[in-house]
Amino acid sequence: MAKVLMKGNEAIGAAAINAGCRYFFGYPITPQNEVPEYMSRELPKVGGVFVQAESEVAAINMVYGASGAGARVMTSSSSPGIALKQEGITYIAGAELPCVIVNIMRGGPGLGGIQPAQSDYNQSTRGGGNGDYKLLVYAPANLQEMVDMVQEAFDAADYYRNPVLVVGDGMIGQMMEPVEFKPYVSKYELAEKTWATDGTKGKRGPNIINSLFLDPAKLEDHNVKLQAKYKAIKENEARAELYNMDNAQVVIVAYGTTSRIAKNAIESLKKEGIEVGLIRPQTLWPFPDRAFETLPEACKGLLVVEMSMGQMIDDVKLATSCRLPVEFYGRSGGMIPEPDAIADKIKEMLGGVK
Amino acid sequence: MEKKSQSNTFNVKDVTELQNALLADHRIRVIIGHYGSGKTEFSVNYALAMSQAGLKTSLADLDIVNPYFRSREKAEMLEKHGIHVISSSRGHNANIDIPMISAEIFAPLENLSTHVVLDVGGDAIGARAVAQFRHHLKPGQYDMYCVINRNREQTKDLQGVMDHIRGIEATIGAKVTGLINNTHMLRETTVQDVMYGQELVMEVSAFTGLPIRYVSAIATVAEQLPKSLAGTIIPLELYMREAWM
Repeated sequence: MAKVLMKGNEAIGAAAINAGCRYFFGYPITPQNEVPEYMSRELPKVGGVFVQAESEVAAINMVYGASGAGARVMTSSSSPGIALKQEGITYIAGAELPCVIVNIMRGGPGLGGIQPAQSDYNQSTRGGGNGDYKLLVYAPANLQEMVDMVQEAFDAADYYRNPVLVVGDGMIGQMMEPVEFKPYVSKYELAEKTWATDGTKGKRGPNIINSLFLDPAKLEDHNVKLQAKYKAIKENEARAELYNMDNAQVVIVAYGTTSRIAKNAIESLKKEGIEVGLIRPQTLWPFPDRAFETLPEACKGLLVVEMSMGQMIDDVKLATSCRLPVEFYGRSGGMIPEPDAIADKIKEMLGGVK
Repeated sequence: MEKKSQSNTFNVKDVTELQNALLADHRIRVIIGHYGSGKTEFSVNYALAMSQAGLKTSLADLDIVNPYFRSREKAEMLEKHGIHVISSSRGHNANIDIPMISAEIFAPLENLSTHVVLDVGGDAIGARAVAQFRHHLKPGQYDMYCVINRNREQTKDLQGVMDHIRGIEATIGAKVTGLINNTHMLRETTVQDVMYGQELVMEVSAFTGLPIRYVSAIATVAEQLPKSLAGTIIPLELYMREAWM
């Protein structure tokens, strides 16, 4: 199929419908409103259902219900709205149900602002809800990758029976880019949803969707089982893009929009004879630890670049076992880093090279 | 990082033709289009070209729908070029998510010595912001141009464009007076894209009787376009798109 020009939020909706999503429950919030707008217009055309819920809390619980019934379902929101959904998300994770949640991040904390940010890294990877649970978190850096990842997210959610989060900053949601909807080939073998509460038809006992365990020993067993699943996700799903790593004196670690800005800085530094690499996590959880195992000989340190006050630093330090210094450059509150400022920080790290 | 004013790849004749077209447009110019049509990029470039042609120019950013990529983001650069920018009554702050428009807008609407570009938010919903000014849009005293990008799903054919035009006309209560072919694929735009769009815009023109006023494209493409095209060519600088995008 030919490329079409789409806005990020529209592309998310189109990719979801392409992946077989037929239910969307949400509540409006800037800068992701075009997702529910698109779904409200397009879902009825394919026999799907869109409901604007009375709140984010209601929306995520509708997702819980639809997922329990075996449906392909999605919700989307932006930072403070995702904060409101956390209770529902841990229930869904606890009940081992598949769904896709999209977070188009804006500045925080609190109501913050409507301009782009990446300050929900901890919320995404550490879980804003209670209990020992994890979400698979995709972080696309362009609209084509967003489309591909949203489609994959539905399969991964079904395969692992786990909620999958796709995060983009406001810029990814609002920007226009050409995208192509390629014929989608699933990399997962998906089992029939025999656990779904879709009616016994008098042929089996009732399925129960639940995250409450009356027996502590059974809850512990459940936790052990969940951990085994997270271990499998960690082994199979961690993903990163490596860019210009040969002879890199400094390696930038950045995801989403910031990784694009970092690439501009890398190209301008190259012209000055300074080689800088980039590790771009495509999954935030699991964090792509393996990408950090063999850093270039020349590498003197790492620079984490984020649109936050530095939430990914800990993961980079863990992935490198603190072998090398890890520094940080970030903007927050909806401010976007300039390529020149990143380049200046690199030069400062290299001791003010000319 | 502000870019310099338009690179002048056009010859003197082209520039004169563009200036004549700009001077022939009516004092109040309303720019409408689907989101993604490139109407904000067009509006910014158009206002700059007007100012360069010697017109006292104001640009009113009436986009109360989309909080990103609005012309007010370029207010500082536009003001440097002598263009007065009007947006919300609380200034040009990017975090303002409230549908308000500064009362200042009445100055260029009523002052006959000022030319004004009204950059309207996407779709008929965005056009509601303009409806309150409809009594300023007297036939023969304004122009309302529809920016068309055929590479957008919703405006890829006659039906889509007509639905769009009719919806906005009904909301604003004023008629479109001209068409702009801005068919693009951002930095990947080719001459073929523009010609593909021109085909549709000509079809819309034949169907409605509306003239094709402008054909706009990034400068490198604009200079390769056949001079025989219906509509005056405006080369675009991508002011709204950062270098890393």
